[in-house]
Parts: sequence; structure tokens; C-alpha cells
Amino acid sequence: MNNIAKIIFLDILKSKITFVYFIVLSLVTWISFLVEDSLSKGLLTVAYIVLFSVPLMALLYSTIYIYNSREFITLLLSQPIKRGTLWSSLYLGISGSLCLAFLLSAGIPIIIYSFDMTGFLILSIGTAITLVSVSLSFLIAVFTDDKSVGIGLSILLWMFFTLLYDAIMLFLLFQFSDYPIDKLTVLLLMLNPIDLARLQIMMRLDVSAMLGYSGAVFTHFLGTTFSTILSFILLTAWIGIPYRFSLKIFREKDIV
Amino acid sequence: MITIQNLHKYYQKLHVLKGINLEFDDGKRCIALIGPNACGKTTLIKCLLNLVTPQSGEVIISGRNVKDDPAIRKLIGFMPQAASFPKHLSVAETFRLIRSVRAEADNTDDELYRSFRLDAIATKKMGALSGGTVQKVSAALAFMFHPQIIILDEPFAGLDPLASGILKEKIQKEKENGKLIFITSHVISELDNLASHIIFMEEGRIIFYKSVHMLLEETGKHTITDAIMKILIQTENE
Repeated sequence: MNNIAKIIFLDILKSKITFVYFIVLSLVTWISFLVEDSLSKGLLTVAYIVLFSVPLMALLYSTIYIYNSREFITLLLSQPIKRGTLWSSLYLGISGSLCLAFLLSAGIPIIIYSFDMTGFLILSIGTAITLVSVSLSFLIAVFTDDKSVGIGLSILLWMFFTLLYDAIMLFLLFQFSDYPIDKLTVLLLMLNPIDLARLQIMMRLDVSAMLGYSGAVFTHFLGTTFSTILSFILLTAWIGIPYRFSLKIFREKDIV
Repeated sequence: MITIQNLHKYYQKLHVLKGINLEFDDGKRCIALIGPNACGKTTLIKCLLNLVTPQSGEVIISGRNVKDDPAIRKLIGFMPQAASFPKHLSVAETFRLIRSVRAEADNTDDELYRSFRLDAIATKKMGALSGGTVQKVSAALAFMFHPQIIILDEPFAGLDPLASGILKEKIQKEKENGKLIFITSHVISELDNLASHIIFMEEGRIIFYKSVHMLLEETGKHTITDAIMKILIQTENE
């Protein structure tokens, strides 16, 4: 890990907000396992908490962190350093620390209660969702110089992916239920990283009733194994594509 | 050393730099960039550092275009108007970080680091420092790697009189050592006895670039402040 990434990684780990995130996520995960009467119910609750809270924290925190580091970024760019190197170091530092905070908080109880493929899957999904959210926040931060607009956009994006998207999809399904829109549904599902992550967990936990319409269509069309592989590839694209776009913009951006 | 050719910069529709042409052949100069707010001083400085990309024109430093070669910034030390650092980083770690980025850890100029007594607060976190102390860190970093070109954007803002004096002394010394130093300042009186040349900018254009000696002679004044005031009043009357 290079020095800039290391410094940012440690800076975030030492911050109070990361500590609160660690404590809250740990507590909620432990309580979910202790309160639920069966392991699969506990895992399902944890999965839902992860899919709800991890993207919020990662999106919001990293967006704010980039805006707050603006002067530091300017100072570093006045040194003999390539913009691409600085941007990737920032990404490595921010995403590394948030992934570690997630793995330490939710990871320990998950490993203790479910040291198997399901537990491993939830941890992988949480990590992937953290990386996706940090990539999206990088895109937001280079898209607008206005901090309040950037923060607003990241909250909107989180609300859209976790809450509104499903509502819109359901609305479309009811409105066009007379038409063959199965393939469109699968396509729409691919366009939401949170849905992709949810699908993975549902398939693993084999709670077909909770797959939802789009999930059921997805597995029906593609089969469970292929769906798993495809959704992981798509999640990787959700990490890579926003980051690549943000890098392209950052390379040509005026630092004002 | 630096050639600026026909530089034009727009921020959306706002034409901030309107065809800047400047040439600086050698060091031993302390050039004060002055002008009213929003005249394009900071944008011009940012073009030198390739922080801002002009729509047309180019900046050549030692024969290389700043756009093409990030390594050219090894020749530059920069003190920004407002610096900020990761809060949990200590003063010593901050210096280590910039040293690692510059990869010139062996041969450093620690004079300001010692004069500002930053060694005494080396373990303090950057987040716990006052604005003035952060400025001191920023100033020490600008001079640390023996840069040929030093750019100081409002360097005295926030510094106490003692620290301002130390910094002025250092600027004089480095000028004598052959460095090319650029200073922007809103307080023109701070530049008396410091600047050897003046660039006066207005609405994105260079109004004049001349030596202080010539400026004082032409205006018949004894200080830069009086000379600039006279020019401003003359321009307004015209």
C-alpha cells in the first residue's frame, strides 16, 4: 500500500464516525443473532441490515471525506505526482478502511455464528457493496464541486437504490402485467447493485418466497449457478465503471 | 525558466485569463502578483501548477510543458492560500508523507521547520493545530525540497508578526540564492522591501510587469503601496 493510501486508511480508522459505525454495526449484528430463534432467520436479518446500512455509511462518509480533503488534494497535486496515482490512492485508503470497519464489526459475529459459505457470502456482499458505494461517491464528488449538492446526491442515490427502485419496479410490473416484461425485469435488476447483492443472499439462503418477482425471473432464466456468477460480474462492473468514469473526469478537472 | 504563452482560461462563460504572455528567464527575483479580487491571480498560479487547464496557450517550465510532465513540479514549491491535512496525521507524519511523495528525503531544507519550532509540536495532530500553525507547516513544506520556483499564495494571512518576519527573511534569502519566487497578497504593504518585481493584473489581463525600482522611479513614490495607489487613481481618472 502506498503512503498516501496508508495515511488516509489510518486517518479514517481513527475517526469517531468510523468508531460509531463499528460499534453500531457490531451491536446490531450480535443482537440479530441472539434475538432470532433460528440461524437462517438471524442471517437474513443481518443481510438486510448490511444491505441497508453499509451503502448509506460508505456513500455518505466517503463523499464527505473527499469534499473535506479538497485542500489536501490540491496540496498533493502541487507535488510531482500523477493525478491517476493520487485518485487510486484515495480510493484504496477510503475503501480499505471502510471494508475493514465492516469486516471487523459484522464479520466477527457472522464468522462465529455461521462459519460457512453463507456467512462468507454475506461478508463478500457487504465488502462489494462498500466498494460500489465508494466508487459512486467518487463519481459524485468529481461531478459537482458543491459539497451540499454532493451530499444531497449521495443520500438520494442511496434512497433510490435501497427504497425507491423496488417501488418503481413493482409499479411497472403491475402496470404492465399483461405484457411479457420478464426480460426487462431481469435487465432492471442488473441496474441496481443493491438488488444484485440481495439476490445473491436470497439464492444462497434459499428463501424463494423472498426473492421477489424479479429475483425469481432472474434465477428462472439463468439458473442459480449462472445467476450467482453473473451477479458477481455485474457487481464488479458496478465497482469498476463508476470509478473509471470518476478517474477520467478527475484527470481533466480544474482544481479550483 | 518559465514561459507563459497566450493563456486563455474560461470557467463556463467567465473569461478569467485573457491572453496572458509572460517570460521569466532567471531566478533571483521575488515577483509580487497583485490586483483586485477575481482578477485571475490564483488561476494564473494554478495554471503554473497544472491544477487548472487553460483552453488555449501553454505554460513551459525549463523547456517542458506543465501539462505533459508531472515531474516538472519537482522544481516547484507551493504554499496554498488555505491548506488542510488529514486531521489525525501528526506534524511529523505530514512531513514524512510529503517527503515520500517528493522522493527527496535526504536533501531537505529544514530551516523554516526549525525557525517555526515545528519540531516542538512534531507529535501533535494536524486537526488540533491553529490556522496559523497549519500555515507554518505549509510554508515549511514549500521551501523544504530546494525548489527553483517557489509559489506563495497569500503567505502571510493568519501568521503572527514573528512568523511573518521569519518567512520574509527566508524569502529574501532564497531570492539571493537565485530562486524565482511568486507571491500573491492583498496587503500590498507586506510586499515592501520584499518584492523585486511587480505583476499587476486586472480583469484577467496583465496591466504591467516591471521591476519595483522602475515602478518607484516612474511614479516618484517611495513605497510599492504608494506607487500602486497612484497608478490605480490615474487609471480611474482616465
